[in-house]
Amino acid sequence: MNAEFIIAAIVTIVNVTTPILLAATGELVVEKSGVLNLGIEGMMLVGAIAGFAVTFEISNNPGLADAAPWLVGAAPWLGVLAAAAAGAAVSMIFGVLVLSLGSNQVATGLALTIFGTGLSTLIGESYVGMAGQSFDSIFPDAWAEDPIGKLFFGYSPLVYIAFIAVFAVYWFLNRTRAGLVLRAVGENDVSARSIGYSVVGVRYGAIAFGGAMSGVAGSYFTLVSNSLWQPGMTAGRGWIALALVVFAGWRSGRLLAGAYFFGLFMTLELYAKASGFSFLPSQFWAAMPYLMAIIVLAVMSARASGGAEAPACLGKTYMPDA
Amino acid sequence: MHVLTRRNFVKSAAAASALPLLGRSTFADEPLKVGYIFLGPIGDYGWTWAHNKGRKAMLDDAALKGKVTADYVENVNEDASAIPVIKDLAAQGHKLIFTTSFGYMDQTLEVAKDFPDIKFEHCTGYKHAPNVGTYNNRFHEGRAACGTIAGMMSKTGTIGYLGSFKVPEVVLGVNSFALAAQAQNPNIKVKLVMIDSWFDPAKESAAAETLANLGCDVVTTHTDSPAALQVCEKKKIYGFGQGADMSKFAPHAHLTAIEDIWGPYYISRAKAMLAGKWDSDDAWWGIKEGAVTLAPYNKALPANVVAASDKVINGYKDGSYDVFTGPIYDQAGTLKAPKGEKMSLKDLAVIDWYVKGVQS
Repeated sequence: MNAEFIIAAIVTIVNVTTPILLAATGELVVEKSGVLNLGIEGMMLVGAIAGFAVTFEISNNPGLADAAPWLVGAAPWLGVLAAAAAGAAVSMIFGVLVLSLGSNQVATGLALTIFGTGLSTLIGESYVGMAGQSFDSIFPDAWAEDPIGKLFFGYSPLVYIAFIAVFAVYWFLNRTRAGLVLRAVGENDVSARSIGYSVVGVRYGAIAFGGAMSGVAGSYFTLVSNSLWQPGMTAGRGWIALALVVFAGWRSGRLLAGAYFFGLFMTLELYAKASGFSFLPSQFWAAMPYLMAIIVLAVMSARASGGAEAPACLGKTYMPDA
Repeated sequence: MHVLTRRNFVKSAAAASALPLLGRSTFADEPLKVGYIFLGPIGDYGWTWAHNKGRKAMLDDAALKGKVTADYVENVNEDASAIPVIKDLAAQGHKLIFTTSFGYMDQTLEVAKDFPDIKFEHCTGYKHAPNVGTYNNRFHEGRAACGTIAGMMSKTGTIGYLGSFKVPEVVLGVNSFALAAQAQNPNIKVKLVMIDSWFDPAKESAAAETLANLGCDVVTTHTDSPAALQVCEKKKIYGFGQGADMSKFAPHAHLTAIEDIWGPYYISRAKAMLAGKWDSDDAWWGIKEGAVTLAPYNKALPANVVAASDKVINGYKDGSYDVFTGPIYDQAGTLKAPKGEKMSLKDLAVIDWYVKGVQS
């Protein structure tokens, strides 16, 4: 076992973890504002196809290659932006239904997943079987040549964005006035309204942010871990992100740890199987990442004194005029 | 449009059962309604995609034009939830129903009990009933060609197999791949990873990365997407397409692909139904019947490798070659087939052990 081997394994862990972390970070903000959006999987899929389609169309347009070569180089960036916009756009359907029309959050969120799955399949029909462009490291290749360099500079920009997003969300929620307002809205909507904050406005913003993050998470599947589109290719990662938010006790630090434990154990599962550890049945190894992420977070939550409580208004319908 | 989704299916099934007379009547000129249950999305570019191609080939067949219609339901889980979906297809008047994955075996038999007049065909299974037949392709014949190529192309002597579940079809593929590779290089090791899913591109990619990191320089996949091949391309190792020619996803890594051709079988069964000659069969078609073919070879393959692979293909066509010819040992070194003896298709259909040299 040398450094190169371990670092290659770490790269796999990062690849498995990043999309879950991106989506969970978005959902954390949504839930902190008191809204439960079960549509992560659907928003991820819409983001995945939007990111792929935009990147594909730009990088395979012969006219653009002559007229604006820089645009072709920036294609994956524009793809990620499109994924964020598409995720936010479909999340607004959810927003209008639950915030302005007062529909049930659980049912509407599930409907959003079904809708997003169908919509992405429809849009993606003509992209099945197409090989796209991948969103690789932006650092000079020389930086990532030796193993240690690779450990820090060998990833797609989305990996760094995911890290920055977790810390930014932590800072926003705990260190800014706007974050305090968002939490207040999630803890007690009526009081927040009575002192003049727009509950509905704050929640629209949170839902849009969650949608954008889910969209970017989806684009990880079509631009980074692979560069192709297949219907339903997120294969349930949205639900894992959702569960992580709960098991992390709505705290960003634990969310980061939980997501990485999940990625660590899924990678361990693959290494164990490939190395012939068949003393445990394959299904047990496959269940391990889920099990371990839950156990680790449960232990962390038990040790922290209190504070692992859900936002008081989570999932409750709020109608200002009712 | 004969496209149904699982979600709107319940609604349409309810509508259909409200009109029982329409569903059950049989006019002479009414087309034969054929139903399909698919495991993945038809856009998986692998297993389900190939079955759907077979479905389309049946609809386009000159002799069947206008005489058959075909509906399908995609993304049906391999658990108890498949039962109502198969039942709905039966209740809607489909007279011939194909359930296209191993995990629908018991569900198919259970529904078939309630619909004795409807014929069911279960893909890759081994349980039969008077109105339930089975069909499969001898994919392992293609795996033998891939194994031959892998055995000759591997420099590290370690090759990888990315599998889904330990079901006979996959075990056969692993063994065939390993035996054929060992025929070229007796010391070759096959590292096996089962990801416990047929379709999870991100996990398939992670598994391919893992195998590459563990020293495999050729990785073959037995899951339903080109995801792992893209990783092979990035890691500068070799791979094979599964179910379809996937060379455009990995122009350098893609050596060849096993293509599943289901059309001829679907056409033959629809014709048997129309002629009133359907019987509960146990079809197992292969290279000889045109049900398994190889995609064009990568131009980088040396001539002697191509010749060795072609020898396997031609051997299956004229019956002179079978990868499951003894001596064959299992992982523990127990002799399973003595020298010169061919394993029977009956034994192969229920195989649950790996050959020597497979690390699982």
